[in-house]
Amino acid sequence: MAEYLLIESRDPFESNDVGYYCDLARGLVEAGNRVTLFLIQNAVLAARPSAHAPQLRAVIGSGIKVLADDFALKERGIAKLLDGVQIAPIEIVVDHLEAGHKTLWH
Amino acid sequence: MSKKTFAIALMDPPYESENLTTAFRILDVMARRGHNINVFAYEGASGLAFAKQAPHPNPVHGKNLAEENHPTTKDQVAALLALAARNGGKVDWVNCGMCVDERGVGEFVADTRRGSPADFHAFCEASDNVLAIPTK
Amino acid sequence: MAKKTLNIVESAYRAVMEEQDDTILWLLAAMRAAGAEHTVVLRGNAVNYAVAGQGAPGLAIGGWKQTQAPRMDNDVIDLIEKRKIPVFVIEEDLAARGIERGELVPGVQLLSARMLPKRMAEYDLVSHW
Repeated sequence: MAEYLLIESRDPFESNDVGYYCDLARGLVEAGNRVTLFLIQNAVLAARPSAHAPQLRAVIGSGIKVLADDFALKERGIAKLLDGVQIAPIEIVVDHLEAGHKTLWH
Repeated sequence: MSKKTFAIALMDPPYESENLTTAFRILDVMARRGHNINVFAYEGASGLAFAKQAPHPNPVHGKNLAEENHPTTKDQVAALLALAARNGGKVDWVNCGMCVDERGVGEFVADTRRGSPADFHAFCEASDNVLAIPTK
Repeated sequence: MAKKTLNIVESAYRAVMEEQDDTILWLLAAMRAAGAEHTVVLRGNAVNYAVAGQGAPGLAIGGWKQTQAPRMDNDVIDLIEKRKIPVFVIEEDLAARGIERGELVPGVQLLSARMLPKRMAEYDLVSHW
């Protein structure tokens, strides 16, 4: 079993490719891996509780840990998050790199 | 956590992408923790360390040069190098030579250097982990 | 008399930390000072610029510290109140992102995407940023 950090910088409102990345995350879990999805930059726009983001909702509860960058949230004035999304600092990227987890940026 | 060595590829040009703000935040954490950092600045990112960048006043903001305190990526690169040195880490910041030539940005801040894709290959081989931050 | 220009702005948060503003809203404000007559429609992710209470001050990279972090909600208020540039936001784009009307800064006007073509006909020029 490997561990992966998938960093998502894109949002589902402007990029159809967010669905691809969420599918990739689920596929990695189904293949027996542990996956964390870290929303950064405009990707956090999908984390509001009432945002229309079915791609993200499909990931939550599927065994993938979903985090949202605290800085990006503050920058955009987002205080409330969808259940299942946790606020995290940028340090978690380095935590994963230190631990040798494969780390991808989308 | 023991000292690690990381390879980072950057591609975005200064002043055009939020990717760089996030990248510098990650690099700052690495430098604070004393890790060795190998950066390959490719395409537009080859201009990040360009020494002739200059801050400017901002008449729309109604601020003079000092008040605006405009960020420059060359200062951020220099600050990163200094932080890493204080914490016992080494930074090897390589600006892709062909990218630099295309853009005319061949004057770098101190302690960064010209290089090639072979350097990025060497970085990947020598690093504990790699993060590629592509442009969109 | 300057040409009336409608500016549809959708790019958001691309370089705001580095430039300490949005480059398009900045450009329009600077042109306004030179006599331009602009109206702004925020669409796509740029509707979030109108949300009150945003900003991430205190960015630091080593010894470098940002002292003038952008506040995009304040920049929208500045356009409306100081520059006298009307600012509209697309209702459907707010809804898609789960943004309530009560979260917006005062002075922004709501515009339905369905009404955008009619609105465009009222202007001499239309730029889509």
